[in-house]
Amino acid sequence: MRLAAVLVLCAVFAMALVGTVWQIAGQPVGGTLPETVADAMADSGVDHPVTAVLLNFRSYDTLLEIGVLVIAAIAGISMARLPSLEDPELRTHDSLLHALQRWFLPLMWLVAGYLLWAGAVQPGGAFQAGAVLAGTGVLMRLGGMPMNFLQPRLLLRVGLALGFAVFLLVAVVSAAGGDAFLAYPEGMAKPLILLIEIFLTLSIAMVLLSLFVAAPVNDAREPAEGESE
Amino acid sequence: MMSWLMAGLLFTPLAWAVVSLLVGFRTGRWLSWVGMVLQVGASVALWFAVARESGFYYALGGWQAPLGIELQVDGLALTFVLLTAAVASACGLHAGVYLDPDKPWQRYFWPLFWFLWAGLNAVWLGADLFNLYVGLELITLSAVGLVALGGDAGALRASLRYLLAALVGSMAYLLGVALMYGQFGTLSLAGMSHLAQEYPGLEGAGLAMALMMTGLALKTALFPLHGWLPPAHGIARSPVSALLSALVVKASFFIAARLWLELGPNLGTLALAQLAGVLGALAVLWGSWLACLQPQLKQVVAYSSVAQIGYLFLLFPLTWGVTEAVSQQAQQGMTLQVISHALAKAAMFLAAGNLILSTGSNRVSDLAGVSRFLPFSLFSFGLAGVSLMSLPPTGGFAAKWLLLQASLNSGQWWWTLVLLAGGLLSAAYVFRIYRASFVEHSELDQFYHPPRRLEAIPMMLALMSLGLGLVAEPLLSVMALPFGEGG
Amino acid sequence: MSVHLLYAFAGAGVFTIGLFGMVFMVHLLRKLLAFNLMGSGTFLVLVGLAQHRNGVDPVPQALVLTGIVVAIAATALALVLIRRYFHLTGQVTLEPGSRDDEGHS
Repeated sequence: MRLAAVLVLCAVFAMALVGTVWQIAGQPVGGTLPETVADAMADSGVDHPVTAVLLNFRSYDTLLEIGVLVIAAIAGISMARLPSLEDPELRTHDSLLHALQRWFLPLMWLVAGYLLWAGAVQPGGAFQAGAVLAGTGVLMRLGGMPMNFLQPRLLLRVGLALGFAVFLLVAVVSAAGGDAFLAYPEGMAKPLILLIEIFLTLSIAMVLLSLFVAAPVNDAREPAEGESE
Repeated sequence: MMSWLMAGLLFTPLAWAVVSLLVGFRTGRWLSWVGMVLQVGASVALWFAVARESGFYYALGGWQAPLGIELQVDGLALTFVLLTAAVASACGLHAGVYLDPDKPWQRYFWPLFWFLWAGLNAVWLGADLFNLYVGLELITLSAVGLVALGGDAGALRASLRYLLAALVGSMAYLLGVALMYGQFGTLSLAGMSHLAQEYPGLEGAGLAMALMMTGLALKTALFPLHGWLPPAHGIARSPVSALLSALVVKASFFIAARLWLELGPNLGTLALAQLAGVLGALAVLWGSWLACLQPQLKQVVAYSSVAQIGYLFLLFPLTWGVTEAVSQQAQQGMTLQVISHALAKAAMFLAAGNLILSTGSNRVSDLAGVSRFLPFSLFSFGLAGVSLMSLPPTGGFAAKWLLLQASLNSGQWWWTLVLLAGGLLSAAYVFRIYRASFVEHSELDQFYHPPRRLEAIPMMLALMSLGLGLVAEPLLSVMALPFGEGG
Repeated sequence: MSVHLLYAFAGAGVFTIGLFGMVFMVHLLRKLLAFNLMGSGTFLVLVGLAQHRNGVDPVPQALVLTGIVVAIAATALALVLIRRYFHLTGQVTLEPGSRDDEGHS
């Protein structure tokens, strides 16, 4: 009964949605943004339009997006088990995995570095590189490497916030000079974008990895207001 | 000057979020006090600056829309920035004393608090549909994190429910943004507004706007999509509840209102406007009724939020197809309602937190005999209740008076019935709390007096909401500050 | 009708499937997967519809990247919450269960 009702509702919604897409596709109005982007590429400091949009034209979106990631990480580590991150279930003594790790880890670091560098001219960039780096960390974690820096202490918190902090500092430095918030100083766009991307890569990897590692949960809890402990 | 103020306004909450992440709760507390002073200062200075010159678009990174993201610094946005500065500071001050600094997870309160503030300002100032989406998610995730912080199973259930509802809401909004971009080829709200005026009869875009408004209504907890709100607002720590009820739900409503005021005249329909109004009216009645039935103190306050949010949605029918004067009245009524509800509800939640701290229980019936100890907080709770009941001279009265005039002047008399019934019902649930606290024969003999500062903050907020009606004129003049293109 | 429009229609379909899952399913992980489907559908519409009108358009591609990161953050937060919730109650749905967490929800 409930299934039927939900199905009917979803079918109606799907038809309305397809109709809307059809309508909109039939009569587009307004200018074309891609040409504006192409015209401004020369001033953007990078050669790949997607990277230019992400880290220059719409960098405010990206700044806040990294903020969202940091929030998720904060919520994650706020539930982490404090004394030890060692999860015996995750420990493996598979010699094949260890042997593969020895080959894969440097290779994956190389790939991450390449992805970061490639972002300037072709698809790639900080998030992709950070994701690969985090994947490396997951592999190390599964292989039983302790990785003590992931304990929810100061070092981890610095790592989580580093990329965001660097981005924010770059954003505000030019504002202090009288320019707009998030504007890059004349001719400095390329090195600054690269700097931001390097630190973002590290922090994004840290965020993703800490969310993977912090998953073991503690039993400490705060009683609801008005309940005794 | 203006550039520095804007940079300061955007930079401070984000920077404080990072710095307070690195330190413990106690250090974070005094750091945050410094941050609040800076943030309030920047907000007020920006207000003076805009009053002297005029509102403007602020192009982030120096890239003008449609290529870049522009912030719309106008009277309405400034009103909300100032409101946020006042209410968030009050909640932050309260939280610094209220929360237990020895719990290891409380150190994460401050970064989440500052990210929440940053997200709120991003939404008030946003004029780019996608940027508004990112701002909304910044708010949602930090709000959910705050509800769940150190929580037990009940808090986790509430926060999961909140998160899932909010995610569906923002995804519906984002789909609408995708459709709008397909229609207009720009993300700037002003650009869309121009195009919609130029090419009337874009039905697809009208449906996309309806979709966005549905998603935002879910995030604002409009009846019948309000199910997630009472558990989340009821179970969070009281300063967090105050932030959520006073400010967070207003963010999604604010976007819906901005969309409607910019695009509604060309893309909206009578049916959509009336539907929003009817659902708002039902929310007023149903929310108030359920508030009368709740056994737990904070649930009463949370359901009262559902009801008070309902009034806001009267904005839609009262600004569609009416004269400019009526529309102005409705907008002013909406703004005053947001301000007075934010102040009154923050006061109520903080006062409720103090009462719970005093009696050690969240149940209304356990308030029996509390009045004998003459707690200051009970008085603050009542004063805030007066504003919710909309008795003169409160802000609630001024807001409903404007809405009443707008409905009569536009010939939509049926909304006046809702306004009257809502006032009566809110009187019922506020008096219910009072009746419980004045029960004489009770076994309550132990009463913990919370620190004076905890009691002073809700009192100040309650007094502000009470006196709001007297200063409605100057307040509304902020909203009507002139706005110049460019600048 | 261009091939890009096909992506937009597919996106509409995927979004609806996700919506169905979100409304109908009760298991929290399934709800989360349904949310991700809704996200993927939205991204398909965003890119498909924009390419239909503009040809290759870097702006929606960048928006999708941002959107994916936001969706990942939300998914990760939800997973952390679900895991802790399961750890404390042994439940995988939001229906109030028989455990000790009653009375204050």
